[in-house]
Amino acid sequence: MRVIARLWLVPVVVLLWELVTRLSDSGFFPPPSVIAVTMREMWLTGPASQLWLTDLVLENFPPSLARLFAGWALAGVAGIALGIMIGRSRALSRFVDPLIHFGRAIPPPMLLPFFIAVLSLGAQTQLATIVFGVIWPVLLNTIDGARAVDRQHIETARVFRLSRSQRLWRVILPSALPKIFAGLRLSLSLALILMVISELVASTSGIGYQLLRAQRDFDLPAVWGTIVLLGVLGYLLNSVFLAAERRVLSWHRAAKQTT
Amino acid sequence: MLEISNLSHTYGSGPSAHTALGGIDLSVAEGELVCIVGPSGCGKSTLLRSVAGLITPTGGRILLKGVPVNQTPDDLAVVFQDYSRSLFPWMSVADNVSLPLRRRGQDKRQRRESAMDALEQVGLADAAAKYPWQLSGGMQQRVSIARALAYRPSLLLMDEPFGSVDAQTREDLEDLTLRVRGHHNMTILLITHDIDESVYVGDRVVVLSKSPGGIAGDLRVGLPGPRDQITTREHPEFVRLRAEVGRLVRGMRSHPAAAS
Amino acid sequence: MISSVAGSRVLCGALGVAGLLAAAELAGRAGLVDPAVLPLASTILARTVELATDGEFLADVAATMQAWALGLLLTVAVTVPAGLALGSLPRVEAAVRPLIEFLRPIPSVALIPLAILLFPDRLDMKIAVIFYASCWPVLINTMYGLLEVDPVAKETLRSFGFGPLAVLWRVSLPSTAPFIATGVRLAAGVALILAISAELIGGGSSGIGTYVVEAGSSFDGLEYILAATVWAGMLGIVTNSLFIGAERRLFRWHTARAEGAR
Repeated sequence: MRVIARLWLVPVVVLLWELVTRLSDSGFFPPPSVIAVTMREMWLTGPASQLWLTDLVLENFPPSLARLFAGWALAGVAGIALGIMIGRSRALSRFVDPLIHFGRAIPPPMLLPFFIAVLSLGAQTQLATIVFGVIWPVLLNTIDGARAVDRQHIETARVFRLSRSQRLWRVILPSALPKIFAGLRLSLSLALILMVISELVASTSGIGYQLLRAQRDFDLPAVWGTIVLLGVLGYLLNSVFLAAERRVLSWHRAAKQTT
Repeated sequence: MLEISNLSHTYGSGPSAHTALGGIDLSVAEGELVCIVGPSGCGKSTLLRSVAGLITPTGGRILLKGVPVNQTPDDLAVVFQDYSRSLFPWMSVADNVSLPLRRRGQDKRQRRESAMDALEQVGLADAAAKYPWQLSGGMQQRVSIARALAYRPSLLLMDEPFGSVDAQTREDLEDLTLRVRGHHNMTILLITHDIDESVYVGDRVVVLSKSPGGIAGDLRVGLPGPRDQITTREHPEFVRLRAEVGRLVRGMRSHPAAAS
Repeated sequence: MISSVAGSRVLCGALGVAGLLAAAELAGRAGLVDPAVLPLASTILARTVELATDGEFLADVAATMQAWALGLLLTVAVTVPAGLALGSLPRVEAAVRPLIEFLRPIPSVALIPLAILLFPDRLDMKIAVIFYASCWPVLINTMYGLLEVDPVAKETLRSFGFGPLAVLWRVSLPSTAPFIATGVRLAAGVALILAISAELIGGGSSGIGTYVVEAGSSFDGLEYILAATVWAGMLGIVTNSLFIGAERRLFRWHTARAEGAR
C-alpha cells in the first residue's frame, strides 16, 4: 500500500503518455508500450544459453561497462592519491591550486577531439576522456577531506607515534572518506555521461554507439529504448553506490547523529 | 624524571606576538602526580603541548629522563580534554586502544590482550566491540585513559581530562585516575582549571600565573591516602590547601602562615 | 600580514603554472614528448593568443555562449517557479518525487541524438538538452532551500496577518535565494558541458564544439584544438567566478550567518 501511495503518479503518467502518443500518432514519440516491446526485441530475445540476452547485448554492454568502470576506478585511485598529497601539504596545494581550477573548468567533452587526434578512435580515447573528466570531483573532494582532518586526530596520532603509513591508512584516509565518497558518487554519474558521449563521438561499439546507429536509422523506438536503458543504468549505479556508501560509512552517519 | 628549565614560548612575531609562557622552571620526580592549575589563558596548554613535543617552544629546554624533548617522546601518552575528537570514530573501542601498540612490536594477539586488560582496568571490558560514539562522554574519556594505560608510558599528560563531563562522572574519573596510577608506576602531569580537583588528585599542585605564564606557587599536598570524595574533601588540610591555591590562582599573595 | 599571505599564494600559483608550462616545453624540446602528440607549450600559448583575434573562432564562442545563456535562462525561468511550487506543496512534491528520481539519472548526453531528430534547428536542440541537464541542480537546490527556511520567520509574518503568497514572497523566496543561486551556478557549468557536447555530436554550423571538430581534420589541428580547449577552460573559470562573485555580493548576509553559525 505504501508503495502505491508513493508511486501512484508513475503509472498514471505512463498511461497518459501511452494515450497521448497513440492519439497523436507522431513518429517521433512512440508509445511506451512500443518502446518496451522494442527493448525486449533488441536485448532479451536471445537463446536460453545466453540467458536470453541477444548478441547485441553481449557485443555492446560489456565493453561499455568495462570502460565506464575502468575509467572511474583509475580516476578514483589517482584522484584520491593526489588529493591526499595535495590536501596534506599546504605548500604543494598553493602551487597546484590554479592548475586544478583550470583543469576542472575545462568541459570534459572538449578533450574528445584531442584524444581522438592523438589516440585515434577506440577504447583508449574513451578511457582517457572518462579519466580526465571524472577525476576532478574525486580530487577536489579528497583535497577538502584531507585538509579538514581534525587537528586533534593528527595530534593524537603524533603523540602515540603512529607511523606514516598508519597515519595515512588509519587516520587521514578514514577521516577524509565521507568526502571521498561524495566525490566518487559525483564521478560515477559523470563517468556514465562521458561513456555515452565518447561512444557517440568516438567508438564503433558500446551502448552509445548503438544509440547513434538507431538514430541514424531513424529507429525512434530504439532511440527511446536506449535512453530508457541508460536511465535505468544510471539509477542502478547510483543506488548500488549509495548502498555501499551507507555500509562503509555507517560510523560516520551514526557519529554525526549522536554529536 | 622531567626537568623543565626556563621554558618560554611566544606565538607569532612582531606587534601581534603573544607570549604564553615566560620562563618556567619545574621538575617532576618519578611516580609523582603533579597538577598544573591556573586561570584560563595562563599557558597551561602551551606547557603541556611543549612537553608532549607537539610544539617547539621558543626558549628554554625540557629534559625527559635526561633526554631533550624535541619531538614526541617514545614513552609518553596524552589524554586530551576533547575525547570525541581524540578517539577515532571509525574504529571500535578495542581498535582505538590497541592502535598505538603496533609500534610496541606486539603481535595481534598481544595487542588484543593489552587492550582488553586496559579496558578491564577502566571498567569497560564489555564495550570493546562498540564504537566510541555509542558511549557516553564519561565512558569515552575512560577509553581514552585505557588507550594511554595500554601504551604503558612512563609519563602521562592529561589536558583538562575531566573538563567536558558532568560532576558525578568527573568524580568517578578522578578516582579512576588515582586507582590506576597505583597499578602502574606512572608519572602524571595533569592540567586543570578546577582548584578542588587539583588538590584532590595531586601530590603536588603547581599554580601558574596569568600571562605570560610563570609559576605563582608550588604546593605539596599532604593528604592522607587513600583519598575519598567525601572524607578527603572534609579534611582540614584539603580545605586549607584549596583556599591557598584559590588565592594563588586569583593572583593574591600567599598567606604567610601557609607558605612552607 | 594577510596581504602578504595572499600575495605569496598568487605568486606560488603563478610559479606552479609557469613550472608546468616550462616542464612541458622542455619535455617537448628534449624530444621526450612527440610534438605530434602534444605540441610545445609555447606553440599552444601562441595559438591561444592568436585565437583571441580570430573572428571565426570568436563567432563560434559567441554561438556557444548564446545557446548557453538562452538555455540557462529558460532553465531558471521554468525551474525556479516549479521548485518553489513543489517545495511549498508537500503533497504534490511527494507525488512527483518518484518521477524526478526516475528522470534524473538519465545521462543528459544520451538525449542529444533524440533532440537532433526532434529539433531541426540546432540552436533549439542545444537549448533543449541544456535545459534538461541543468534543470536538476536548480530544482533540487530550490526545493532544498525552501526546506531550510526558518519556520519562526514564516510564523512571525503569518501572525501579522500576511497570507501564504506574501509569506512566500517576503520570507521564503529571499531566504531560498542563496540556494537557488548555488543551483544556477552548478547548472551553468553543466550547461557549458552540454552546449559543447551537443555541438560535438550534432555538428551544425557554429560553436566551440564545431570548431574543434573541424580543426581535428586539418593538418596542424592539434594545436588549435588545445588552444580552443584553453579558451573553454578560461570561459568556465570566468563564468564560475562571476557567479561566485555575484553570490557573495548579493547574499553577504547569508555567508555571514553561515559563518557565524560555525
